[in-house]
Amino acid sequence: MLELTLTAERGSFKLEVACRLASDWTVIFGPSGAGKSTLLRLLAGLDRTVPGGSTQARIVLDGLVLAHSANGVWSRPGRRHTSLVAQQPSLFPHLSVEANVAYGLNGLDRLLRAARVEEMLSLVDGTELAARLPRDLSGGQAQRVALARALAPSPRLLLLDEPFSALDGVASDALISRLQSWLLQNKVQTVIATHDATAAFSTGAEVALLHEGRLAAQGAASQVLATERARLLSRLQ
Amino acid sequence: MDWQALALTLKLASVTTVILLAIAIPLASLLVLGRGRWLAALEALAALPLVLPPTVLGFFLLVLLGPRTAVGRGITALLGHPLAFSFDGLVVGSVIYSLPFAVQPLVAGFAAIDPALVDAARLLGASSSRIVFTLLVPLARRSLVAAAVLSFLHTVGEFGVVLMLGGDIPGATRTLSIVLYNQVENFDYAAANRTAAILLGLSLTALATIYLTAQTRGRARA
Repeated sequence: MLELTLTAERGSFKLEVACRLASDWTVIFGPSGAGKSTLLRLLAGLDRTVPGGSTQARIVLDGLVLAHSANGVWSRPGRRHTSLVAQQPSLFPHLSVEANVAYGLNGLDRLLRAARVEEMLSLVDGTELAARLPRDLSGGQAQRVALARALAPSPRLLLLDEPFSALDGVASDALISRLQSWLLQNKVQTVIATHDATAAFSTGAEVALLHEGRLAAQGAASQVLATERARLLSRLQ
Repeated sequence: MDWQALALTLKLASVTTVILLAIAIPLASLLVLGRGRWLAALEALAALPLVLPPTVLGFFLLVLLGPRTAVGRGITALLGHPLAFSFDGLVVGSVIYSLPFAVQPLVAGFAAIDPALVDAARLLGASSSRIVFTLLVPLARRSLVAAAVLSFLHTVGEFGVVLMLGGDIPGATRTLSIVLYNQVENFDYAAANRTAAILLGLSLTALATIYLTAQTRGRARA
């Protein structure tokens, strides 16, 4: 369960979100510029405030206060049990796929670490990529490795920012359904930011509609995205 | 040929380069990764020796490290001898004098690294020092080589600081550039020619090494 109250302001842009995300799989849907990436970066702790602006935040994950600006509470990224995978996979270019996935497992014993890396790579169907360098991966492969790297340290919250953009439809669907059941099994809450309505429908998620920095609606995909669905259907005909 | 001066010059440059890298890597990381206005002041301070006349720096250090100040008296009591007019004193002077030549290539190299990589490492729980040594340093290897070579060469060629702070003591503070100056003063142009040729050769070899490694790496990547 993720509770957040966020107000971030910079120039004319204002992000104002207060909500409680209880579903295991939430899609934050909104057009480019709606504030999705800003919201995810604040959640992950990559930004403490919006650069050049002011921010008030209270973020609570499963009862654990990650940030509360009124009390000066702020945990840094890496201490939030939160992982973020962005559209750009940002793999460490000088490290092999295996070493990339192992990067967040520093505290683990060598054997456990190797086992965990193998588990993560097989989850994203990337076992055969282990020895490769990032420059020898395709865009889709790199995104899958980035996902494996983010999940390796056992986060409780997984934030995905348009993460499947480089995967083709069928591969993406297969990966998402396998990922969903794994995340559910391992009790990892997932929040996906996307402007692609098909992603929201295919996963049967709870949807939060973000419009110009405000939460316009929250609920089942079929309700919240009814107009979006009609638009897509009319384009198909 | 003054072999003693050559050996002393190379020793001074090596010691200075090692100390400079140990200072410049954390300093450049702080300048690139850190936030806050005071960083601009720190960056200006680190670049100051670039524009400050070496004789001015030498003079300040001479006074600071001498018996006139508490710092100088403290160091003298600690070491048993004053830092001025000693090899250790030259090392202190050289480190300050060549600081920008180590810091600036590193800052440029670190700043060229995609900040998203640093974000990814932070999300995976990496500490600042782990980010520096597992990401910034390996990804900016060429800048590290450049910083080391430039610091080394700049120290080999320094004159003003050495003369002010070290005097001209054979085996302790008489470096090649001081030898060259003495030879010219004595109208011994033949010897001066040889000394100058050594200094020129050192600089050319070192720079060629940097550019050659850059080229082979470029080719390996292509």
